[in-house]
Amino acid sequence: MKTKAGKKRRIIGFGEIIWMIILIILAILIVYPLFWILISSFKDYQGIYGDVWGLPKEWLFQNYVEAWNKGISQYFVNSLIVTIATVIGVVLISSFAAFGACQLKGKIGAIIFLFCMCGLLLSPQVCLLPLFMLLKTLGLKNTYWAMILPYIAFRLPLSIMLIRSFFVGISKELEEAATIDGASLFKIYRNIYLPLSKPIISTVIIMTAYYAWNEFVFATIFIDDSSLRTIPIGLMTFRDGLMTEWGVVLAGMVIACLPIMILFLLMQKNFIRGMAAGSVKG
Amino acid sequence: MNRKRNLQAFCFVIPAVLILGIFVYFPLVNNIIYSFQSFSLSSIIKEWVGLENYKALLSDKTIWICIKNNILYAIISIIIQVGFGLVLAAVLEDIAFRKFAPFLRSIYFIPTVISLTVICLLFEFVYNPQMGLLNSFLNAIGLDNLSQVWLGNKKTAMLSIIAVSQWQSIGYVTMLFIVAIQKIPKDLYEAAEVDGAGKIKRFFYITVPQVRQMFFVTMMLTVVGAFTVFNEPYILTGGGPGTATMVLSLYMYQTGFVKNNMGYASTIAMLIFVITAVLSSVQFLTYGTEKEER
Repeated sequence: MKTKAGKKRRIIGFGEIIWMIILIILAILIVYPLFWILISSFKDYQGIYGDVWGLPKEWLFQNYVEAWNKGISQYFVNSLIVTIATVIGVVLISSFAAFGACQLKGKIGAIIFLFCMCGLLLSPQVCLLPLFMLLKTLGLKNTYWAMILPYIAFRLPLSIMLIRSFFVGISKELEEAATIDGASLFKIYRNIYLPLSKPIISTVIIMTAYYAWNEFVFATIFIDDSSLRTIPIGLMTFRDGLMTEWGVVLAGMVIACLPIMILFLLMQKNFIRGMAAGSVKG
Repeated sequence: MNRKRNLQAFCFVIPAVLILGIFVYFPLVNNIIYSFQSFSLSSIIKEWVGLENYKALLSDKTIWICIKNNILYAIISIIIQVGFGLVLAAVLEDIAFRKFAPFLRSIYFIPTVISLTVICLLFEFVYNPQMGLLNSFLNAIGLDNLSQVWLGNKKTAMLSIIAVSQWQSIGYVTMLFIVAIQKIPKDLYEAAEVDGAGKIKRFFYITVPQVRQMFFVTMMLTVVGAFTVFNEPYILTGGGPGTATMVLSLYMYQTGFVKNNMGYASTIAMLIFVITAVLSSVQFLTYGTEKEER
């Protein structure tokens, strides 16, 4: 009791007040620009140019309608297709691989795991040019596959690592019982491993969705056709096309952020766990 | 029986091995071959030029500008994200801020979630010389003489671009450090407090040594990030004014797809590969040992 009271007396000192101010300033520096996007997305050009800081005189909700109709809807759908396909691909293939690597007896399992992990050392930029040539040769350039396949490939190492470390911790008892009953490996995978690893699978889903939704380099270079562009590239086109209709561009930016923001708010814990476990920037 | 089972297990890893082989390792091997060749996007025959591209790399002045910019990027990121991020994490974990810490760290984390394109477009508005938030803020507080064409001035362009990354990633690195600090046994701090160690002493003698692995991981992350940065200069300046904001991956992209010199661009890619692969393997090894210790 005594020590507690003693602690309390010393909790707020001069240093703490200074730090509090620093923390608040930092919070404002980070939040205000985001808040500014939101506020300005309801303004017209004059409203933004003439009065950068002010609230909109008139709340122009039609900016959002206009942004949606002038192309964002198409980009949004493209992003949705690419993101969903990538997530499905990554979850299936990486959980298969993690399971297989766990089941393989002897050295070969370790070798295959190492083969997959080496991908972590490679940044996508290094493969950019040959990947471009490869996709051109395969006739995949300028299709959804030109994004989906490389996305899956570059997300596999991390996802396999995360899922495998979870699989290794699953108790072998159920599996042994199932084997004695004559269950196939696929049954063991589907009925035992997959249901037990929901937490790590959801982490992988979030991390992959976050990556695929925001990816920029591959999507810029492998796609020429405007009707196939995903939202990050679409926004650039959108900005170039609309020049001064800033309010509409800003509305498009807000729409682009929404899905991942909502995902983050709903699943903050999983999100942060995934980011920390992977320690890999998006 | 066992053999059959092993064969079945092997089938599970085939898709991953194929996809990684085709879309990651095969391009890497190709890139190594390309770096000894000279060809354009439309050429049918790739001419073998031996070490010519590598010789050109050594005498290319732009490469040195890129490397200088990438290094500047790395140094500032280490100071602000890793250095200040660690201090920030320690402050947020301090008992005095317990009430606000969860709220503040979520706030700091928000930019990490937003796509880099949106952030770059936002900073076009921030740096806009006429109506930009930065200049009008400087005018408002009477520092008009500091306001300028942030992205158009050779002196400020690179720093302005680097600032975007700091703004976006500080919360992310802080979050990583918070996770690490929360794993430190509380009795270490209590013992130090009994011994009369102040907060600053506790930070340097307990927090810093205890999070050294995360420190290393974040260091490598930010440095690898700094050497592969592409989006910010591509969107905000395109490498300009002149080559003031040129970085390795942007130069590689422009050499390959704009100047249509694919062979030389692959050689630049090799340079990026060597730098990042070395750094990543160091990170990978530390991450591995960290796992074992736990």
